[in-house]
Amino acid sequence: MVDAIHGDFEQKIANDITIEPRDTMPDDYRKTLIRQISQHAHSEIVGMLPEGNWVTRAPSLRRKAVLLAKIQDEGGHGLYLYSAAETLGVTRDELLDQLHSGKAKYSSIFNYPSLTWADMGAIGWLVDGAAIMNQVPLCRASYGPYARAMVRICKEESFHQRQGFEIMHVLAKGTEVQKKMAQDALNRWWWPALMMFGPHDSDSTNTEQSMKWRIKRISNDDLRRKFVDVTVEQTKVLGLTVPDKDLMWNAETGHYDFGAINWAEFWNVVKGNGPCNKQRLEARKAAWQKGEWVREAAMAHAEKRKARKEALVAA
Amino acid sequence: MANETNKLEWPLWEVFIRSKAGLDHKHAGSLHAADAQMAIENARDVYTRRMEGISIWVVESKNIFASDPKEAESLYDPANDKIYRHPTFYNLPDEVKYM
Repeated sequence: MVDAIHGDFEQKIANDITIEPRDTMPDDYRKTLIRQISQHAHSEIVGMLPEGNWVTRAPSLRRKAVLLAKIQDEGGHGLYLYSAAETLGVTRDELLDQLHSGKAKYSSIFNYPSLTWADMGAIGWLVDGAAIMNQVPLCRASYGPYARAMVRICKEESFHQRQGFEIMHVLAKGTEVQKKMAQDALNRWWWPALMMFGPHDSDSTNTEQSMKWRIKRISNDDLRRKFVDVTVEQTKVLGLTVPDKDLMWNAETGHYDFGAINWAEFWNVVKGNGPCNKQRLEARKAAWQKGEWVREAAMAHAEKRKARKEALVAA
Repeated sequence: MANETNKLEWPLWEVFIRSKAGLDHKHAGSLHAADAQMAIENARDVYTRRMEGISIWVVESKNIFASDPKEAESLYDPANDKIYRHPTFYNLPDEVKYM
């Protein structure tokens, strides 16, 4: 057995010993982590925007309180992840610059519009559901601060999926119009949710190295298949129809076979041409710019308070 | 790798939370805040939204001094060969049932 303290990077990875911020690590490992963790953090805070669209129009006080709590969680999750990235030697402002300049990406799913209240259900159920499926294995990622942030996030996020399913359930068991609204939301969010798992393993440039470094533990296609298997069963409970005519149970593999994903659409949205890319980025930039005076004022206030305290001690 | 162009960035703080009476404060994570008071308020919002704590400590990250992982070998060496510090080092006669 390799000693936890003495083993070098490769040995630690091979023996599942967590890498911590001050340990030696290859530059590419550090770069990969900064890219992945910050992309994840950006997704959390951009992910607040489609839901923010419905806070004032939530159908009841209960729904509004729940939606606000979910959005607040996402802000917190962004913060946990930014903090984890900062342990790798990048500053928060640099990360935000990368988001605002378009250099850094965030999950493409948030470039779709939230058109009806049922979208709040579909997002919680499908988008958070897919995110959780992705995130649970990341709790065992080889980089300590990332893994610890993911543990906290997964713990908090299970309510997100449940509240989404509850919204869908109420609508699906409601009037004809409500049921239609739920089905429409499922139709629009199903395929983008499947795309959240990323390109097929054969086309994923980062997967192999990330699996070797034990940042990633399960491949895109395996996670996607697991998501389909679980979610199709939940759709039956709702009495809704998955918008895929090729969806069929395969007794041989013990999994559902499903239709081809429209990768042209996926890459088009990644490249910035989705329905809301521009709107989302503008909203983030406006929030950053409009908050500048607050950040400055808080610093000035803190310095003044400190000076006053020092003067009091000196007197 | 501090970025000199970002002088406005609020300082970084480390947050420690006591989850219930009788337990130690444990490192929960970090956050940016203009001063200690704001760090505590932010820590409340970020790390105790689900009643995870009854007491919060914050320390500005630059004030934490940490051991160097590269020096671990020499740093912990004095403890390596002193197994007589553990109770299992000692043989007791079978007649002694509890100790």
